[in-house]
Amino acid sequence: MIPPSFDYATPQSLSEAIALLHQHGSEAKVLAGGHSLIPAMRLRFAEPSHLIDISGIAGLSYIRESGGFLRIGAMTREVELEDSELIQSNYPILLDTAKMIADPQVRNLATLGGNLAHGDPANDHPATMLALRAQVEITGQGGKRTVPIDDFFPDFFTTVLEHGEILTEIQIPIPPSNSGGTYLKIERKVGDYAVAAVAAQVSLGADGTFQQVGLGLTNVGPVPIRAVRSEDSLRGQRPDEALYAQAGQLASEDADPGDDLRGSADYKRSLIRELIKRALRRAVDHAQGRS
Amino acid sequence: MSKHTISFTLNGDSVTQEVDSRLLLVHLLRDDLQKTGTHIGCDTSNCGACTVLLDSRSVKSCTVFAAQANGKAVETIEGMEQDALHPLQEGFHEEHGLQCGFCTPGMIMRAKELLKKNPNPTEEEIRWGISGNLCRCTGYVNIIKAIQYAANKLNEQQKEAA
Repeated sequence: MIPPSFDYATPQSLSEAIALLHQHGSEAKVLAGGHSLIPAMRLRFAEPSHLIDISGIAGLSYIRESGGFLRIGAMTREVELEDSELIQSNYPILLDTAKMIADPQVRNLATLGGNLAHGDPANDHPATMLALRAQVEITGQGGKRTVPIDDFFPDFFTTVLEHGEILTEIQIPIPPSNSGGTYLKIERKVGDYAVAAVAAQVSLGADGTFQQVGLGLTNVGPVPIRAVRSEDSLRGQRPDEALYAQAGQLASEDADPGDDLRGSADYKRSLIRELIKRALRRAVDHAQGRS
Repeated sequence: MSKHTISFTLNGDSVTQEVDSRLLLVHLLRDDLQKTGTHIGCDTSNCGACTVLLDSRSVKSCTVFAAQANGKAVETIEGMEQDALHPLQEGFHEEHGLQCGFCTPGMIMRAKELLKKNPNPTEEEIRWGISGNLCRCTGYVNIIKAIQYAANKLNEQQKEAA
């Protein structure tokens, strides 16, 4: 399986990369880690005439907190999330997510930006970014713009990235103290896409009630889904098993899965119902400092 | 079609080669450079038989374009034996870590990075660490023993050198 012919460019700066994208029109694609795009090209699902490899551009790979945000450069590899002490200590949800993506060799090259910009509802980071209420920075010819993650995936395999724009940074509001999160994924075998998965991020107030709740669902609809009714049902309440069960029920109703090789729609809804409960227990344990 | 002249090191030796942009690294290694120890298994970045090291990181060479290796260091199974078998090669031999041997080069290259990052892995860590490499013969038990053998031997060598 050899992909169709294409031209390959290795720009050394963002402005050069954006100029190349404009020059070559809609047949040009950005190559980041390549672990969604190259398989798609080999299967001829994608046939770009030009590949713009952005891995040589300095300054797109970093993990740092500043200005109230955890800022992650779009070219940051999954392995760098896994190995980051900051992520390990303060962002368990991101560690859980990165570890469940594909396998170690893929994570050595696959990037966070690519995982989002590919627009695949089966990818793992979109739900996590929904739970974290992230925003993404997009750079184009006219400069930078910022888009909330809720607006980033308007449709199946579609993002709001315009042609000639590059996703450059992921911005996650630094959670207050007494916060916790997790990502729980059911997969048929290690490295597969999720049958279903749940991202949960919670913050508890001084009185022990839920102040902030973020719940994202993976691969149970045409786009990554925020479990809005489940979030609303928890906010202001004290953590409680009956509430978790109710949140799970609401999320299973708001999911929009189809029947496929990974299972029936009913089965996927039942997974969401259970995973929401497990994820909330674990996120609350984190937030209460018990794990 | 675009052609590119790329330079990289292969097991420490400098290589300069003209490649098509669509040429995959695994084909460059096997077909143009005759390094056929790197195998093509699934050809879809699932099985890990084509695993090589790219700047010391294990990658699946069926999912990397040769042009992406420009300026980098590539290591394959052919570079593992120096004066003697590498402890990983010895471990697979001693612990019967293979039957047909098709997955072995990929397993060894993956294990090399695993042991570099984690010189004393638990069985669980080894199982997770080789989760991107499929073996149809062994059931993995002896592969894990082989990697543990290599870990012990590498640690002993390190102590002796210190």
